[in-house]
Amino acid sequence: MRTLTVAKRLIHQILGDKRAIALMFIAPIFVLFLLNIILTSSTSKPNIDLVSAPSQLVSMLDKEATVNTVNNEEEAIDNLKNKKSDAYIKFSNNTASIVVEGSDPSIRKLVLNTINKVLSDNKAILEGSAAKTTNIKQPIIQKPEISYLYGPKTMELFDSIAPLLMGFFIFFFVFLIAGVSFLRERISGTLDRILATPLKRSEIVWGYFLGFGAFVALQTIVIQTFMVYGLKVANEGSFWAVLIINLILAAGSLSLGTLLSAFARNEFQLFQFIPVIIVPQILFSGIFDLREAPQWVNILSKVFPLTYGAEALREVMIRGKGLSEVVVPTLILVGYALLFIYLNILALKKYRKV
Amino acid sequence: MEFKDNLPVADNKLKLPSEGEMMGEKMIVAVKDLTQQFGKSVILNNVNLEVSKGEIVGLLGPSGSGKTTLVKAIVGMNEPSKGKVKVFNIEMPSLKVVSNIGYMAQSDALYEDLNAYDNLLFFASLYGMRGKAARERAEEVLDLVQLKGDGKKYVRNFSGGMKRRLSLAIALIHNPQLLILDEPTVGIDPVLRKEFWNEFEGLRGKGVTIIITTHVMDEAEKCDRLALIREGRIIAMGTPAELKKSSGKDSIEGAFLHFGGVKGE
Repeated sequence: MRTLTVAKRLIHQILGDKRAIALMFIAPIFVLFLLNIILTSSTSKPNIDLVSAPSQLVSMLDKEATVNTVNNEEEAIDNLKNKKSDAYIKFSNNTASIVVEGSDPSIRKLVLNTINKVLSDNKAILEGSAAKTTNIKQPIIQKPEISYLYGPKTMELFDSIAPLLMGFFIFFFVFLIAGVSFLRERISGTLDRILATPLKRSEIVWGYFLGFGAFVALQTIVIQTFMVYGLKVANEGSFWAVLIINLILAAGSLSLGTLLSAFARNEFQLFQFIPVIIVPQILFSGIFDLREAPQWVNILSKVFPLTYGAEALREVMIRGKGLSEVVVPTLILVGYALLFIYLNILALKKYRKV
Repeated sequence: MEFKDNLPVADNKLKLPSEGEMMGEKMIVAVKDLTQQFGKSVILNNVNLEVSKGEIVGLLGPSGSGKTTLVKAIVGMNEPSKGKVKVFNIEMPSLKVVSNIGYMAQSDALYEDLNAYDNLLFFASLYGMRGKAARERAEEVLDLVQLKGDGKKYVRNFSGGMKRRLSLAIALIHNPQLLILDEPTVGIDPVLRKEFWNEFEGLRGKGVTIIITTHVMDEAEKCDRLALIREGRIIAMGTPAELKKSSGKDSIEGAFLHFGGVKGE
């Protein structure tokens, strides 16, 4: 009987928290919806550049890929670096060499599958035409030579998503810790109390930022060191460049966590932000290929700070770029951190007007 | 008078502008036609209150009557919806004036994961007190609230009464000229309550002005003047003797019922 009493009280209690109920039902549907969009919109056709290719092959490939004929290899390499294409095929004599961008294993696989399919589908034609034109019983394309612009030949899926995972974990844990501890200050009444002193609102927010920043920096160093040296995740760039990006990412998350705690009455409500604010950021940050996803997904991914952290980490860790080449996403992250801090100072007006 | 952005520190006391000029008397707090509204609910309705230097003024009323809201308006945590609050003749909210106010909140707002001494030092430092002076003052107020031996204990291990005492010590740390105490004696034993009042009277002797909220009637008797608050209005104001006399009752409780009854019909 008393079991029922406890259960009844709990149901009443939850009914009293409308936001909790909404989140219980809406959050999983929301997350599943996002996953569905991302997973069903995977790229079906790779972008392939062709350098001095036989016209027959252009039309064969055209069915399976978005083909673009370029004038010379330099142009093809440029396109590859600018992510305009996924691979290029260069023909000289009777051999083809394929260069794949390579930083994303799923696109890597897609390119190779497409090329293999085209070659095997058209095997007869290719061999036949070769025989006619050259009088040599040799296929127009011999076993192509494959190389990768970025990433080792044996790159695992984990290597490619490791930078994202690292960025995400740092972002997530810092968010939780910062959010909960600032919330504790609100709940315990100490926030109210210190606002009855000459302390400025900005001094509280910056104080929290610095105080927590010290621990967050330490946590970031531990996570990164473990991933790079413990798990031996491929890192083509410098350890320090990665560390700086991670620290800036953590700063953004720290300020976001403290900001969102202003909109939560208790820890439970703070955790409700995870499916709404954190999960979409992970899904849209580049773990999944968003090229074919609807435009609003792409716009949203440009709004999320984690996207910029992930982008910078990827450039450095997989493509081996230096910090100077990822200035834009890094600065955007700094901008986000400052924005959240500013909003937090405003949010404290709820507690004291001046 | 212009104040620099730098906050005045405790040992650099706020210079009171036009002190004694405008009011003639040494008016410390002047609340004029204060209405405080949150959304649609009106918590304080046209409240007027004046407190002079060196008096203990009690705000007496049931919980929910608006005592804490009034006290928070005086500390400057809320901006008045209507009317004015002046403390030391400066309109609140003002961060400058806050350095001269000692505030004891209704709930013990203490850092449980710090020891008592560190709690004190933290607040001392918020008021700009540093180094040896801050440490000495922390020892002093710990002694004052009889927590001398407990300075190094974590607050999470404190009893309710000890927390109350530490809260008072924090309110006193910067030698404020105005002390605002929101139900300081709730949940403490009679012995400690007597000690608190001895302390308040001692401070009054040094010229400190005290505003204290309570719903305990016998405590109200000890105040120099009382404001009876009910449903966001001050229903009567005067010395305990005056209130009893004008209501024709022989206790503050009786007087409260009398004034409250007249108001509510």
